[in-house]
Amino acid sequence: MPNIEIAGKQVEVDEDGYMVDLDAWSKDIASSMAKADGVDLTDSHWEIINFLRDYYQKYQIAPMIKILVKEIGKTMGADKGNTKYLYELFPDGPAKQACRYAGLPKPTGCV
Amino acid sequence: MAKFTAKPNDLLKINYNPPQTDWMDTPVEIREHMYCHPSKKKDLDTVGFPNGRDWRVADEDWKLPANWEQTILEGMQALLKKYRSFSVFMDICVRCGACADKCHFFIGTGDPKNMPVLRAELLRSVYRGNFTLAGKILKKIAGARDLTVNVLKEWWYYFYQCTECRRCSVFCPYGIDQAEITMMGRELTNLLGLQIGWSGGPIAACYMKGNHLGLEPHTVKSCIDLFSEDIETITGIKIEPSFNRKGAEILFVTPSGDLFANPGTYTAMGYLMLFHELGLDYTWSTYASEGGNFGFFSTNEMAKRLNAKIYAEAKRLGVKWILGGECGHMWRVLHQYMDTWNGPADFLQEPVSPITGTKFENAKSTKMVHISEFTADLIKNGKLKLDKSRNDHLKVTYHDSCNPARGMGMLEEPRYVIKNVCKNFYEMPENTIREKTFCCGSGSGINASENMELRMRGGLPRANAVKFVHDKYGVNMLACVCAIDRATLSAANEYWVPEVGVTGVTELVANALVMKGEKERTLDIRLEPLPGKEGSEEVS
Repeated sequence: MPNIEIAGKQVEVDEDGYMVDLDAWSKDIASSMAKADGVDLTDSHWEIINFLRDYYQKYQIAPMIKILVKEIGKTMGADKGNTKYLYELFPDGPAKQACRYAGLPKPTGCV
Repeated sequence: MAKFTAKPNDLLKINYNPPQTDWMDTPVEIREHMYCHPSKKKDLDTVGFPNGRDWRVADEDWKLPANWEQTILEGMQALLKKYRSFSVFMDICVRCGACADKCHFFIGTGDPKNMPVLRAELLRSVYRGNFTLAGKILKKIAGARDLTVNVLKEWWYYFYQCTECRRCSVFCPYGIDQAEITMMGRELTNLLGLQIGWSGGPIAACYMKGNHLGLEPHTVKSCIDLFSEDIETITGIKIEPSFNRKGAEILFVTPSGDLFANPGTYTAMGYLMLFHELGLDYTWSTYASEGGNFGFFSTNEMAKRLNAKIYAEAKRLGVKWILGGECGHMWRVLHQYMDTWNGPADFLQEPVSPITGTKFENAKSTKMVHISEFTADLIKNGKLKLDKSRNDHLKVTYHDSCNPARGMGMLEEPRYVIKNVCKNFYEMPENTIREKTFCCGSGSGINASENMELRMRGGLPRANAVKFVHDKYGVNMLACVCAIDRATLSAANEYWVPEVGVTGVTELVANALVMKGEKERTLDIRLEPLPGKEGSEEVS
């Protein structure tokens, strides 16, 4: 797997730029990945990234979108508990883009 | 890898003129967006597949073992000996060309090496050169060639551009089964660790955790708990499914994709609602938590290993028989392989519906019944109260998933179910359904994202038929009985005919199902307002 330099560190990533080692993740890495995409991470982004990491720790998989929507609705208000809000934050798709910033493997969806 | 950005109109410019050079003299061109990433070393190592290493398709050096030619030829010899089908198929083709334009990948790419006859020829040429006297002496004149690295790369590229859908074999006057040939090609490339990641990952996950997605027991339960919450929101009914329950009458097994990916999750909710309404004595398993079998897309032995847990769990729990959910290749495996691999399941009973008393003679040997067979029987016997009008906003067509249609002959049951729960049903053209159904374009383990051009090209013939019924009848929903279809046709429709959604058949059933003690439904299974049912004052 290739190494790329993110936030001044060598980070191992897969073909699609997802980190290989969950534990090597840091907030700096997330910010740098986002910056490279032209995204400045706000508290709203962090809320989702942190949720993804917590969920992954517990379940060893990224949550399905249904869970993400429900959880964000609970913590940030019903007006934000929808996919539209998540896509505004992560235009490439909350699953793909947010998981990459969170240092999670690429979500597989349905296999 | 650059992002796939080609628009539908770009992909429609298909060149059906073959190259000027002879096919053997036309080297393979491995193009981005047409292939899957390789399997990771850790996933191959997990199941003991050989030559685990990290490598890239775009690199010149695929890090093959030193004696790879010998490995392939010995492997081929072993397969020829083991499978009479393979040995016959290597010899009998008369190149009539009946299969040539039947493949969705040929139709979508115009690449002659996607003609089933030529895809088979990629293997046959090496077979002739090494295993037939004429080929050894006459070489190219007898259609033989040597095994080289470029030949191997060509095999790999094109055996992962076949979805083992078996449409071509329906048209072959000799009945040559191209899926069998692709399967042999994949067996051989697997000997060198040339597995693709989209299969390799799920295989390893299934081997270690029981399902392709790698859902651990508490994750499986949390998914189903979440569905139960949503069902309560929709119907007001609280359901409490059981897990790993010994002594249940029926074990229910479905693809893990139904638990995690939309719109499959709605179909999973449908199962839960139907079984609750029937008061079915059944259990989910967090061990046999995968109906599908990506091992089937690698080697026969791997498929057998992954399949073993279904009977093992049925035995451990002491159930009477097994009910299976909506999945495509799962049913080819269950119907045509499971009994031979891991049977006889003589500890189980011949399946009998506890609701209707119907004996499922067709499942006498495997002891496993398809949900559409089960549901069709319930409807036929008047055991379900259905309000079709809840699906009135849908104009539905049915996509026969390749394996249930061609692999187990299940053609009528899903149609019967749909017609009983939906008013508006329209068939796609005759040559694109039933035995002649077109593949979704992404089956057999190639529904990754990095090969999106291949998937969209392969999905074109199916989507084209969907577009036909959309334009002609206003069809806005495609129903199917396959978890892979639900994911892949969502993408293919989105690309080619975005007006048409995708649903599982059991989701349609659940939407129409009138449950005892339910509140008035205002939401569909997707928690979206039910058109015409938003409020009683709106009913005219």
